[in-house]
Amino acid sequence: MQAFINRSSLLKTIINLIAIIALIGSIGLSVSYGSTKVPIETVWQAVFHFQPDITAHQVIQELRLPRAIAAVLIGAFLAVSGAIMQGMTRNPLASPSIMGVTDGAAFALVIILAFYPTVSNLGGTFASFLGAGIAVSIIFIIGTLSSGGLTPVKLALAGVAIGALLRSVSSVISLHFQLEKEIGFWMAGGLDSADWNAVKLLVLSGIIGMLIALFISKSITVLSLGEDMATGLGQNNTLIKILGIVSVLVLTGVSISIAGAVGFIGLIIPHITRFIMGKDYRWIIPSSAIFGALLLVLADLVSRLINAPFETPVGAITSLIGVPFFLYLARNSGGGSK
Amino acid sequence: MTTVKIRKQKRFIWAMITLSILIIVMFFISLSTGVIRIAPMEVIDTLLHKGTKQQALILFDFRLPGIVLALLIGAMLAVSGTILQGVTQNDLADPGILGINTGAGLAVVLYIYFFQDILTLTGLQSIYLMPFAALFGAICAAVLIYLLAWKSGVNPIRLVLVGIGVNAGFSAILTILQLKMDPQNYRQVTVWLAGDIWNANWNFVLALLPWAFLLIPIGIYKAKALDVFNLGDEVAAGLGIKVEKERGILLLIAVALAGAAVAAGGAIAFLGLVVPHIARKLIGPLHQLIIPISTLIGALLLMVADTIGKNILAPSEIPVGIVVSILSAPYFIYLLMKVK
Repeated sequence: MQAFINRSSLLKTIINLIAIIALIGSIGLSVSYGSTKVPIETVWQAVFHFQPDITAHQVIQELRLPRAIAAVLIGAFLAVSGAIMQGMTRNPLASPSIMGVTDGAAFALVIILAFYPTVSNLGGTFASFLGAGIAVSIIFIIGTLSSGGLTPVKLALAGVAIGALLRSVSSVISLHFQLEKEIGFWMAGGLDSADWNAVKLLVLSGIIGMLIALFISKSITVLSLGEDMATGLGQNNTLIKILGIVSVLVLTGVSISIAGAVGFIGLIIPHITRFIMGKDYRWIIPSSAIFGALLLVLADLVSRLINAPFETPVGAITSLIGVPFFLYLARNSGGGSK
Repeated sequence: MTTVKIRKQKRFIWAMITLSILIIVMFFISLSTGVIRIAPMEVIDTLLHKGTKQQALILFDFRLPGIVLALLIGAMLAVSGTILQGVTQNDLADPGILGINTGAGLAVVLYIYFFQDILTLTGLQSIYLMPFAALFGAICAAVLIYLLAWKSGVNPIRLVLVGIGVNAGFSAILTILQLKMDPQNYRQVTVWLAGDIWNANWNFVLALLPWAFLLIPIGIYKAKALDVFNLGDEVAAGLGIKVEKERGILLLIAVALAGAAVAAGGAIAFLGLVVPHIARKLIGPLHQLIIPISTLIGALLLMVADTIGKNILAPSEIPVGIVVSILSAPYFIYLLMKVK
């Protein structure tokens, strides 16, 4: 038995290592491809022997590198948020975009921009935490008040409705304050505004969010087996849930304030990692981070190449990848037995 | 039995009369409000060709076609939602949620993208062809959703979930397509997709009229089948109804109504969902009565939303679809909480 666990842990570690290598490779690709292709050697030199007078080095240092790093972090954060949500609610469709959390964050950002146009990056991030928090609270209130609790289909529909409502109110505000461009950007999702300041913000919030996530990962495993069981094992479910929600809000909020509504990563990745890694969230959460990062870096690369020299919103790319997966889930777990 | 029936009929007649009066009142309020206010008496004068030239221009060329379009689109979407809810036996079905509206929108955008510039869309031919493009898109979307939800039968919950997914997919394709358009078209298409009665002119009214006046009466005529579906497929078959055939015809009517409405009014969500519920509350479960009531409520609701959108932030206009969402999403959430 012990040997078996060790061997499967070894296998999981190897899979994670392979994913990390793939991630590093795709970061390399992401930095070297763009409106002009830069050879990998130049990328290497720009990172490790930076010379400010070479344009290619500047492009890499100031534009492409921070963007690639932001993609890594945001992909990781969204995937971990999704994993925590699915583990806590035992709902296969729980994820930031399906639950209207992204729309909530965008809504708060639009309000802040309308009334304090000079708001700092940090202020914007804080607003998007609040907005995400509002959306999550609404979903939970609906869940508590509704007869029969939040089934997967109710969750999805409530997400659609709240998303539509918040998006509509955002549109009205943006029309009035002439912020259509900003809201359009958040609704579509994109990484083109990611600079080193954004990366700093991501790293700082990420440390908080990820530490909480890893800290509660064992308890989420227990919670995902059923709430009664968790209580029986002497676990303080309320505390774990609050910590989980805080971590989701921090991770999702900061991601949206920088990249806008990038959907479906938080839905797909946890399912894939659960399939590979099993039921233990101490494995699922770190692997979700790696796989999520890989997915967003690649999606960002595709979004720049598919219609070059124009950028396609990365949210559209992740949706196109995510929708077939969502449909698969809808056929299998959402729709009952018939 | 007969007294109940008579009471129902009385109630139905009263509801129809009240709604008609509300529509007429709202019609005049809507005509007289706007950036340039025209007093209700002057509106009547102008309609009788006794007003000033400027007033006639505003009313006949700008406001009237927009309002008539709002009435038509509202009625069509409401009937479409009513039929969809009846056929799928699902209280939460709606052409918007099921992705039929987005499918129609995608087809229209493709049509614009490949065949012509949006600025020449006032050309007659293209206006009459646009509902057909939308219809094609709506049918494709409906077939796709039905096939994807099929798993030895179609269960209502799966249908809705698949619809949400297909909707997200179409939206993503739309986003990509929109970016390939020039900025002018991009803006117009964005606003239109939020649900906007664009290009409100008489040609659009003429293009929609046959759809509304053909399909809604057929819907009412076929309403009996919807009531029988409520009893279950086997009972329906036992009562001599060709279940699959009737279901197909009714679905086609609903999809065609939604498609044509989208061609003129963009993807207006939630209207088709909410109106049948209000109608059922007013008049009970008989579809022969629900469909006419839904027609009027839908028309009234969209006209009210259109008027609010045009005036609340004047001179900027809020697309009518956004007003409809803000008004009806809370009601939808309420319904969601009640449904088991």
